[in-house]
Amino acid sequence: MAAKTHSIFDPTIIVPAIGEAFKKLNPLHMVGNPVMFVTEVGAAITTVLMFTGTEGASFGFLLQVTLWLWFTVVFANFAEAMAEGRGKAQADSLRKARTQTFGQRLTSSGGLEQVPADQLRKEDVVIVKAGELIPGDGEIIEGAATVDESAITGESAPVVREAGGDRSAVTGGTRVLSDIIRIRITSNPGETFLDRMIGLVEGAKRQKTPNEIALTILLSALTIIFLIVLISLKAYGIYVGVTFSITVLVALLVCLIPTTIGGLLSAIGIAGIDRLVQKNVLAMSGRAVEAAGDVDVLLLDKTGTITLGNRQAAAFVPIPGVSEQELAEAAQLSSLADETPEGRSIVVLAKQKYGIRGRELHEMLNAKFVPFSAHTRMSGVDYNGESYRKGAAGAIRDWVGGQLPKEIENEVEAISNHGGTPLVVAMKNKALGVIYLKDIVKGGLSERFERFRAIGIRTVMITGDNPLTAAAIAKEAGVDDFLAQATPEDKLALIRKEQEAGHLVAMTGDGTNDAPALAQADVGVAMNTGTQAAKEAGNMIDLDSNPTKLLEVVEIGKQLLITRGALTTFSIANDVAKYFAIIPAMLLGTFPLIAPLNVMRLQSPTSAILSAVIFNALVIIALVPLALRGVKFRPLGAARILRRNLLIYGLGGILIPFIGIKIIDMIITAVQLA
Amino acid sequence: MRNIFIEIKNSVIATIVFAIILCGIYPLIVYGAGQLFFPNKANGSLIEGKDRRLVGSELLGQTFSRDKYFHPRPSAAGAGYDAANSSGTNLGPTSKKLMDSVKAAVEQYRKENNLTADVLVPADAVTSSGSGLDPHISVKNAELQVPRVAKTRGLSEDNVRDLVKQNTDGPQFGILGDPGVNVLKLNLALDGER
Amino acid sequence: MTANGWIQFALYVAALLLVTKPLGLYLLRVLDARGKTFLDPIMRPIERLTYKLLCVDPEEEQDWKRYTAAMLIFSFVTMLFTYAILRLQDVLWLNPQKMAAVSEHLSFNTAASFTTNTNWQSYVGESTMSYLSQMVGLASHNFLSAAVGISIAAALVRGIARHSSKTIGNFWVDLTRVTYYLLLPICSIYAVVLVSQGMIQNFKPYDTVSLTEPFTTQVPKVDDKGNPVLDPAGKPVMEDKKIDTQTIAQGPMASQIAIKMLGTNGGGYANANAAHPYENPTPLSNFLQMLSIFAIPSALTYYLGRMVKNQGHGWAVWSAMFVVFLTGVLVSWHYEAAGNPMMHQLGVDPASGNMEGKEVRFGIFNSALFATITTDASCGAVNSMHDSFTPLGGLVPLLNIELGEVIFGGVGAGLYGMLVFVVLAVFIAGLMVGRTPEFLGKKIEPYDVKMASFVILVLGFSILGFSAWACMNKWGAPDAMGALTDGTNNSGPHGFSEILYAYSSCTGNNGSAFAGIGANTPWYNATLGLATLFGRFAMIVPILALAGSLARKKRVASSAGTFPVSGPLFTTLLVGTVLLVGALTFFPALSLGPIIEHFMMHAGNQF
Repeated sequence: MAAKTHSIFDPTIIVPAIGEAFKKLNPLHMVGNPVMFVTEVGAAITTVLMFTGTEGASFGFLLQVTLWLWFTVVFANFAEAMAEGRGKAQADSLRKARTQTFGQRLTSSGGLEQVPADQLRKEDVVIVKAGELIPGDGEIIEGAATVDESAITGESAPVVREAGGDRSAVTGGTRVLSDIIRIRITSNPGETFLDRMIGLVEGAKRQKTPNEIALTILLSALTIIFLIVLISLKAYGIYVGVTFSITVLVALLVCLIPTTIGGLLSAIGIAGIDRLVQKNVLAMSGRAVEAAGDVDVLLLDKTGTITLGNRQAAAFVPIPGVSEQELAEAAQLSSLADETPEGRSIVVLAKQKYGIRGRELHEMLNAKFVPFSAHTRMSGVDYNGESYRKGAAGAIRDWVGGQLPKEIENEVEAISNHGGTPLVVAMKNKALGVIYLKDIVKGGLSERFERFRAIGIRTVMITGDNPLTAAAIAKEAGVDDFLAQATPEDKLALIRKEQEAGHLVAMTGDGTNDAPALAQADVGVAMNTGTQAAKEAGNMIDLDSNPTKLLEVVEIGKQLLITRGALTTFSIANDVAKYFAIIPAMLLGTFPLIAPLNVMRLQSPTSAILSAVIFNALVIIALVPLALRGVKFRPLGAARILRRNLLIYGLGGILIPFIGIKIIDMIITAVQLA
Repeated sequence: MRNIFIEIKNSVIATIVFAIILCGIYPLIVYGAGQLFFPNKANGSLIEGKDRRLVGSELLGQTFSRDKYFHPRPSAAGAGYDAANSSGTNLGPTSKKLMDSVKAAVEQYRKENNLTADVLVPADAVTSSGSGLDPHISVKNAELQVPRVAKTRGLSEDNVRDLVKQNTDGPQFGILGDPGVNVLKLNLALDGER
Repeated sequence: MTANGWIQFALYVAALLLVTKPLGLYLLRVLDARGKTFLDPIMRPIERLTYKLLCVDPEEEQDWKRYTAAMLIFSFVTMLFTYAILRLQDVLWLNPQKMAAVSEHLSFNTAASFTTNTNWQSYVGESTMSYLSQMVGLASHNFLSAAVGISIAAALVRGIARHSSKTIGNFWVDLTRVTYYLLLPICSIYAVVLVSQGMIQNFKPYDTVSLTEPFTTQVPKVDDKGNPVLDPAGKPVMEDKKIDTQTIAQGPMASQIAIKMLGTNGGGYANANAAHPYENPTPLSNFLQMLSIFAIPSALTYYLGRMVKNQGHGWAVWSAMFVVFLTGVLVSWHYEAAGNPMMHQLGVDPASGNMEGKEVRFGIFNSALFATITTDASCGAVNSMHDSFTPLGGLVPLLNIELGEVIFGGVGAGLYGMLVFVVLAVFIAGLMVGRTPEFLGKKIEPYDVKMASFVILVLGFSILGFSAWACMNKWGAPDAMGALTDGTNNSGPHGFSEILYAYSSCTGNNGSAFAGIGANTPWYNATLGLATLFGRFAMIVPILALAGSLARKKRVASSAGTFPVSGPLFTTLLVGTVLLVGALTFFPALSLGPIIEHFMMHAGNQF
């Protein structure tokens, strides 16, 4: 799908959204949104009243009010349609990958049949050859292959997928580049991650999150209160001798009920999920996205998340009497046969720092290589009559005959203490020095963790290393805490412990043994490269399999919640100005004395009412971009975020409509609409 | 269901127990202490005249309209200062009835006290108090009445002023409340009843 | 607005601050079933005996449903008890003035009103109620309705403070301990102090004194049967009556007034309430009465802070209350001091302010302050007639009530009402910090929002709904603008204000009135009585449900990302929420009443 951002003003999305906005006027659809439903009913009432001639106002005025009430509903629908449209655009690109796929299904008789991808069922077995698309999500049960997953991740480098272990999962729509694999399909059509995701962004199957439900309750309560206010106002009119026109009462009602947030609520939710998809993360539910905003403890695997996958040689430390050059040379020789990344990094360091040219193995005809093995924990070479070895201190100690020089022992300990891994290099049974292998912490992390600390999120590094090593890396990376020598069970226990203390925990994982922890965590982000079990246990999947993305997921969750809160506050604060526009206008006819209450000095009662209604409708449209983009997230403490947002959306929400209504009043008076 | 019966039973018992303590014992304690420490006050701060008959309460105003007396504020309690029927007028600020009565009262006040039309009348002199039993008038109000009372009684204004001063209450502790002249006590003093 | 007024205000605030902490700490002990107090030697045996009689185990707590059931049943039983006493007062004891039985509708209204801590009085106390009715039928509620209110506030605070707990306390224990350790001891001393200022406390029949200057008045002529004689035009025939005595109402006043103020009941012994010189003899008694209204509500904010282990939160709530209180005082004081321009045109000294309905000994400032305090709290006692306030001076008490009386508020009721606004504020603004809204570690979920919304709904529904009904109804307001109506003493916008005030006051369980309204009619008594019941119980039930829900929740750990519920920012937010959610609802109604009247008064319109 390759994260493709659509401009807010992309006409391919706007044009269909306009049509959708009108289709959504169907009351059956509207009833799910009480605020906008009341608005629609109000618009319907004024439409009828327009023709009864009982409203005592000019037809032009009634028509304009009625039209703007309808616009209010349409604008809200448009916001929702826009969000859905953007989601659909994402979904379509996801879908493209799978439309024309066929799979070679293994029949019960052992033969093969060609079936369309959407007819594959769970437990079907398909065979995929080089150059073919994988027809559905599944697990490799036989063989290994290189797979191009760029359609999903946007990452062009092919990856290896093989049966057994943690790299057996494949995703529908990716292409096999080499070899043949046998895949067991793991989900029915319509149930794949992709399908669920498409449902979410399209809005059709979207379920309201608890926060949305709570907000809808509050908005409904406010709507009912304002209904009571308006109905009682009609009755008071009887007592004080003012006849309030129903159209004006409906106009006031629509202005007062929180149409701004009511109209944008679902758009905000859809847009949040959509933003996540743009980051190549699939969420299983809207609820998971919100939970990401609530998280206050992040469990981060050291390897892959905090450090680059592999250690690298950082320095050669010779014992006295040996030059660095000699040591580097010996280290390089002893590592030539070591194909592990660590081994290669030694060769690279020797070349970069000491100019020791790389040797090709075939040049060294008389060399006898000793490859690295887990058993000996050494690698080396016998070359030109000399034997070179490098390996863990213990292994070399045995090789040299039980004793290492004191300087070596000290250096080994010092490097361990600093979180590094020491490798001892020896020649002719004599230790020459130590190679300092270092975990390389990814760039920019500690600033990032600093941001999280500011917003109250604690980061915990999980590692299999010993506590000393772990502490050193933790310090360098700037995490708040670490769990050393962690087993998957420890991880699960830690999550439970944190949750018990009232924290919400997010983590990433990819292995099958991560599954219980992923399920236990409030937000579990499974790596797309991970096992099926891990993916099913988590509630999000990162298509890029980049564990660092957890941080972005949290920010998106927060941004979603902030946007919703900000627009709610703005919407409620707006009422002040609308009251000051409409109430004096309603009473001015009977009580000219009330003129001073018309603080905005609006031209006439009709222009005042019209201006308020127009402002109320236009503000929805004006806020659509904000709803879709989300309020910018800032890494500040809650108090500072609150102060800032209260000023912008609370105080701003009170002041802006005063200005807006006044301007609209001036315009419609100038063009003589009222 | 059983729980509901328990709560009903509890409610009835509690009502009785609390009634005995709160409505029986408690008022009696206050009664006892009041009668013991402040008997005059607990019984209404009543004033006896020279002939030992009760002539009023220090705290409650009475109607006076003769020139030789200081006049209290208008009263809405019963027929005027009815101490079994305390009440204000409860007329709102835009009430015609209120304005009419204030207008009449202003005119009468100016006439009684021989004031010119440019003398501003203190508000308390022409408005009713909340209780209809307000024992006080403002110091300014009393001051405007001094010449009339002095003239009627043939006393010097300074003499009358002294009595006014003696019967002026508060502000309590020099801070709390507004100063007020106790009309009943002042008039009784003028009559030599006290 | 005089310097002396400012000094008195400063003194009042200082005194209030001074009692807040010690009383709050004392509340902490009272509201803990195992709390120890210095009164244990005296009260403990009585407390134990009470539990024994009730068969209540003080160690056993109740879940919110049981707590609610106990509270509702108890309230209902006491209401019935009072209804019975009022209906039967003519045949019961302690009736030296031979008062007749109280009518059905007035008995219902009065029983409902006192049970709900409203103390709305459609009757004239000194000419309607026997000593027994005053002392037992009414005064018992002064204690019990106050104790119920404090109990519920304590239950809600426990719900907030606890976590993963099913129970929120034991209603019977709360009720008993609040009554025995808090209300009764303070009142016993307070009442005697009031006597020292001149408040009466006796059981003698009404006194009769001879007037120094007897006078003649006109009264309607009555025939032998006591019916008024009418002239051919249907108007009552008047006759002269010489009045040479003053009948002075007496009775056990101080004991009732002490709890009337401390328990924010407000139901006067005399019709004129705290304006009556016996009921409020001196500026000091006035000061103490004002202080005693706010004492417990203010201390409860300290209790809140202690219980949730966040004193900053307690003070933030206190500050929010104080800000709105201060604003109210200043507005009311300003407009009362400015007076009525129509009177000024008649020659009344503008410097003396609006003295109609006010007592000289209190003056403008103490009247405006008292009016603000009594309506910030759900007290409803008055030392001046709110009906005769200037339009905007009178708007303050009206709006205070309509805000839900959360500005310190009724004992208990103020805090639990304010906490509902806190929940709403936290919910609305809490999202803005990027987390699911949480209040002191409790996530605010749909159920909680539902309960909080319900409370706000009840307020608007009862006040606006009932007054709308009254306005459309010939019992409520038979005449349109321009002529005096049966229901109200005043016409024009002020008549509307009277109706609005009546339903606001009853729904808010305040009890003060724009007293010109002639509410002692079957229709008003019934609807106002219903409004008091709505305003009390339809709010308490969802609030206890909220308490139960909060108590059950797990607590979320706090961090830098946690929504701050203390400090000036939160105070501002809370004030904003109270004003936006509370005040806006009533803006249209208020503009038809006091606001229009204000402009009309300045234009010289009379009705």
